[in-house]
Order: sequence, then C-alpha cells, then structure tokens
Amino acid sequence: MKIIKLVWLELGQRKSQLVSGILAITLGIGVIVAIRSISLVSEKAVAINLDNLGANIMVLPQGASIDNYYSADIDAPTIPEEYVERILTSSIQGVDNLSPKLTRRIDINGQKFVLTGILPANELASKPLWQEAGLFGAELVANCGDNPLNASSGYEDEKLQRKSIDSLGFSECLLGFTVAQKLGLKEGDALSVMDYELKVSKVITETGTVDDDRVFAHLKTVQEILGIHDQVSAIEIMGCCNAISDGLLGQLRNILPDTRITTIGQIVSTQIKTNQLMNQISLIILVIILLVGGISIGNYMWANVNERKKEIGILRMIGFPRYSIYRLLMIKAVLMGLTGGLTGYVVGSLIAYFLGPSLAGMHVAPIPVLLLYSTLLAAGISILGSLLPAYFASRFEPYSNMQEI
Amino acid sequence: MTTILSTASISKHYYHRDGLIEALSNVSFSIPEGSFVSITGPSGSGKTTLLMALSGLIRPTSGKIYFKGQELDTGSDKALVDFRKKHTGFIMQNFSLIPYMTAMQNVLLPLSLNGLSAEEQKQRADELLELSGLANRKNHYPRELSAGQQQRVAIARALANKPAIIFADEPTGNLDPNLSNEILGILKEINQHQGTTIIMVTHSPLATQFGNMKVHLKNGRIHTNMEDVLVEQFIYQ
Repeated sequence: MKIIKLVWLELGQRKSQLVSGILAITLGIGVIVAIRSISLVSEKAVAINLDNLGANIMVLPQGASIDNYYSADIDAPTIPEEYVERILTSSIQGVDNLSPKLTRRIDINGQKFVLTGILPANELASKPLWQEAGLFGAELVANCGDNPLNASSGYEDEKLQRKSIDSLGFSECLLGFTVAQKLGLKEGDALSVMDYELKVSKVITETGTVDDDRVFAHLKTVQEILGIHDQVSAIEIMGCCNAISDGLLGQLRNILPDTRITTIGQIVSTQIKTNQLMNQISLIILVIILLVGGISIGNYMWANVNERKKEIGILRMIGFPRYSIYRLLMIKAVLMGLTGGLTGYVVGSLIAYFLGPSLAGMHVAPIPVLLLYSTLLAAGISILGSLLPAYFASRFEPYSNMQEI
Repeated sequence: MTTILSTASISKHYYHRDGLIEALSNVSFSIPEGSFVSITGPSGSGKTTLLMALSGLIRPTSGKIYFKGQELDTGSDKALVDFRKKHTGFIMQNFSLIPYMTAMQNVLLPLSLNGLSAEEQKQRADELLELSGLANRKNHYPRELSAGQQQRVAIARALANKPAIIFADEPTGNLDPNLSNEILGILKEINQHQGTTIIMVTHSPLATQFGNMKVHLKNGRIHTNMEDVLVEQFIYQ
C-alpha cells in the first residue's frame, strides 16, 4: 500500500469537513480568478483601444512643445534623425512603431501650408478615413514586448486597422483635402514646392484635422527641400500602453537625454489608474484569501489531526516514521489545495464569463495561465495552513492509540 | 535458551502538576526467546508502561533495554521505529484497527513498510487472513466485523512482518470469555508453532494460564516473594 493510497482512503472520511475546507479555497480562488479575468480583459481592451488611437508618445527637441510642432514655425528646433536608430537598436520593450517627421510652414502660391516629411513605411495612418485614399499596406499591430497579455490583437474591421503607407516615392506627395482644394490640384498633377517638382500621388479624404492643411512628402525629400539634413522635428512613437504604464517614457528619456518626451497624459493616467485599481483590488483579495484560506485549511487540519490522533498513533506504532506522517498530511494538503485551486479557477472563470459582460461590458473568456497561478496559489495556501498541524501530528507518540499509560 | 529481550534497571517517570509519578522503578529482567510472558499487576502498577518501554513505544527515563543482546538506542526515534517495524507486532485491547480501512488494507499497512512488491504484499495479507479464518471478510471494514473478528484482524496484522516478538496489551479485555479463550488459543499457537515470543499485559487470571512466564508488577516494581529471583517463571502444561 502506497502512501498516496493512505491519503486517498483518509480523504474519503470526514467528507463534510473536507468539502468545507476545499470550499473555502474554491471560493477564495474563484473570486480572485473572476476579478483577475475581468480586469485583465478590461486592461487589455483599454490598452488596445488606446494603442489604436495611434501614436501616443512624442519625442520633441528639448524646450519644444507640441504647439511648436503643430505650428511648424520656420525656426522650430529639431533633433537628429539618428535618434530613430538609437531607439530601434536599444533593448527597450513596448515600442511598436517609430515615425520621424520634419515639418515646416511653407508658402505655395501665396498660401500657407505645412510641409511634412514622413517615412512612408513607418508612417501611421491613425485615421481610418485615410484608408479611403487607398494608400495603405500592412496593418501595424502592437506586439507590446514579450508579454502576450499585453499584445494588441488589432481590429478585425479593416477600416479600423492602422496601416502603414505602402509607398511614397521621393518625387511624390500626398495632399491634404484643403490643400488640394485651395490649389485646385488632383491626383497626377504636379506641385511645385520651393523649386522642387512633386507629383500628387493621392489626395487624402477630408479628415477635419490639421492634416487637411498638410502636404506630405518623403522625409528625405523634405529634408532636401528645406535644407535641413538628417534632422527631424519630432518622432512619433506608437508605444504599447501597458509599456508606458510600466515606465517606457523613463527608459526613452535615459537614451535620449536632450529631448522632451511627452505622451497623452490622460490616456496613460487612465490606463495606469485602471491597472493600479485592479491590482490593488486583486492584492486585497489575495491577502484576504491567504488569511481566510490558510486559517480555514489550518483549522481543518488541526481538527483532522486531533480527531486522527489515535489513527496516527496506530501508524506510528506499527513502524511509520515521523516524516511519513508529515508527508502523508502534506500530500493531503497539496491535494486539497490543487482541488480547491482547480475548482476555484473553474468557478472564477464561470463568474467572469457570466458577469463579465454586465460588469465590464465585454466577453471574458477563461484565461489558461490563471489555472496555473490558481492551483499554485491554492496549494501554497494549503501547505502553509497545514505546516504546523502536520508537524505536530508527526510528533504524536506511537502510544497515542493506547488507553492506559 | 537465548535471551530475546532484557532490561537493566529501567525506570519511567512522568511529570504531573501534582508531582513526579514514578511509573516504573528499576525494573530488570530477561525474557528467553520463545516465551509467552504475562505481565500482571493491579491497575496503575505500570504494566502498560513496561510493555510500551519494552516495545519501543516510549523511552525509559533511565536504564537500558537489550534486544538479542544488542542495546536498543532508545534515544533515537529512527532506531525505535526500525525496531518496531522489523521485530514487533502489536495487539491491543481496543484492536487498534484503522476504521476506514478494510481488514485486508489493515493487514497491508505494516507490509507496505518492508519493501515487498504490491503483489507480494497482497499474497502475504491473503495468507494471514486465511490463517485467521477471515478470508471471506477481507473486504469488510472493522465496523462490519465482530469483536473477535476484529481482534483476529489485529493478530493477522501483528504477524504480517513475521516479528520476533508480539506485544499484546489486554488483548482479551473487550471480549467475552469464549472469545477470550479463542484469541488466547491463537496466541498460544503462534507462540508454540512459530516460536514467536509473546509479551502480554493482562488482568485476567485465565489469560496468565496461557503463558509460561509471569512478571508481576506493583507500584512500578517487579513484585516477588523471592528476593533474588525477579521473574516468576512457571510452565503450565
């Protein structure tokens, strides 16, 4: 007869106590799995939505502001284009796309427009309307580093997908809607910008934004036109929101010390607050579970050990060493913990599945990795709660089953 | 005849809030191999304490115990566990069976400690239950067995590892006279046919008649009318 068989036979006894012990763990783990499932899905959804807004970090020259960037003044400061390479070759996680830009206000036929140099393959098409111009190729999806939980799955709806501009030749340009209207240009026409001849590749559909007043051309071309070589006005970064929460900005500042790095504060603070709130709730629940679960299991074990004093005495009498008694009870604790963890995961996932849509407004599928955490946590709680009772049981004397001393 | 177990001035003291209790005091005697020893004496005389000390269930406060001439290391739990596991079997007044295990599983318990394969364990348990007349009760739980049957399961378990000594604490205390005779007869048979030494604590004059050696205790000391002979030995034939 193996020790596991002994544990199994004993587990079949005192079923109500056993069930109540496992139930305590199940409920505790169930609650935390439900909260974590909903919060993880919620965090991810928020992150995806925020990521899909487009570039969310701006690297600007020291002392420059977003206003400077948008006003594109003639004397607006610049930063070296080499910074793009510096970011790309760093080990920073959570940077999904870099879009360097050089912008300057220019005069065409007596009218003021903004000439913007972009790198076509990197340029984000943050506005779905742009796609209608038929300019875009592959979808840009945030992979957000190595953590699969952070990964953005993007949008199934093609109109909502962010795509890079497929190609934009050195002698081509894209015209904002207002520019095209004011200059009376259409696709295929020629546009003269500061003595450079550019062919209008596309006219972007009206977006209602500053883009309508812009002329987009290849970064190298714009640098050539403006005579500002190897410099850019800003680098727009598509950073993973979770990475921003985890300190991406600080890491960027470390490698680009003479720049001003900003983000859309509200977005990040929202994400950070959401994450913090969920994490704090999870932590509180975790502590409660550790206490309630541990005490519950410990209490069960104490009662069980005391009730089994005679049986343990019999085992000791016939030659079971102390460590066997200890092992027997700890195996039992682990089995109870694993069972509680497993059932807790199932219960928690079901709660999340059914309550997720009403609580978080989204479908919450079971998260497999939580099964691992649940069973490990429950087994850990069960082991912790059983350490002392098992130790004392192993110290029972082998005459505990005898009546007279 | 060789000595299987002997004691040299063993004492056992317990501390109680009312003071020190001297359960055993300088007990010295030897038990020849193959004996059937009855330990008798009034309640509280230290009979069970002596049995527990001899069987390695408790450690004497002082004194030494020798098994086949070798001193038993009573300070080591491992040594005592090994001694109990390899050389002893126990039969108790309350049968000491695990209630949620069948007769077969109870007998398998000590067999699981001696390194036999599962098949060998089962075979040995079957043999023992067959010998105990419980072949058709092997899947019964203790609560489904009569008192006599339960004690026979306990005897089968005690014999599982072919022990050199069987310790019995009031083995007939919970049985009626007929069953008592039956159980004592089984013990006698084990003693005579297998040569197993039996050391039995008993109140019953009837039970002592099955033995061939008697140790009478009073106030934790061996009580005898003969100053130089500590053990009264007699043979009933």
